[in-house]
Amino acid sequence: MVKPTQVTNSIRALRFAHGEMTQAELADRVGVTRQTLIAIEQGRYSPSLEMAFRIARVFRVPLDDVFQYPDSPEEQS
Amino acid sequence: MTHEEKRAWIRLVVAVLGYSAYLAVVLGRADGRSLPEVPYAGTLLWTVGGAVAASIVAEALLAIVIPGASRAKDERDREIGRLGESVGQSFVVIGAVSAMLMAMAEWDRFWIANVIYLCFVLSAILGGITKVVVYRRSFPKW
Repeated sequence: MVKPTQVTNSIRALRFAHGEMTQAELADRVGVTRQTLIAIEQGRYSPSLEMAFRIARVFRVPLDDVFQYPDSPEEQS
Repeated sequence: MTHEEKRAWIRLVVAVLGYSAYLAVVLGRADGRSLPEVPYAGTLLWTVGGAVAASIVAEALLAIVIPGASRAKDERDREIGRLGESVGQSFVVIGAVSAMLMAMAEWDRFWIANVIYLCFVLSAILGGITKVVVYRRSFPKW
């Protein structure tokens, strides 16, 4: 069954908090195409762990500040 | 649109147009005859060669029309490429098994050659559609 990814991210907010960094600039610093960065930002593509670390490193924040994964119902109870 | 997405579109369109041209020529020649009597080998080879050449020319023209466009390829492009290839691969296997069974059953060479060609084309089309859909939407999660 096809399910949408549950990973969310704060890339847009982080870009604006870092001098309104453009998608093109962030993509360039991470080493991906702008289209890939847009797909990640919109939640259409879950990056590899390595790419996720590279994104977090650009913003100088921990990985959890960039990407979030919701707790499962068992963990919440 | 990334360079790889443009290439996926070009190959998809070329696969459809190439096979359509082949069908039009071969069916046009039939003219009431049974299909195995129709000369097809030359047309098939020209269509396959023409499709390869058309893809190369279209990609070169794209580079001339949009000279500044990035030709960069990243891990998402590679993942999409792999997904498209693996989806299309099923038709290559279907074509090979069908051709093997048809050869064992001593079908006319016309049908054997054509089922292989059809499955190659379906493989390219299915793989191409998978790529452009994933580029536009998102990766399926099973």
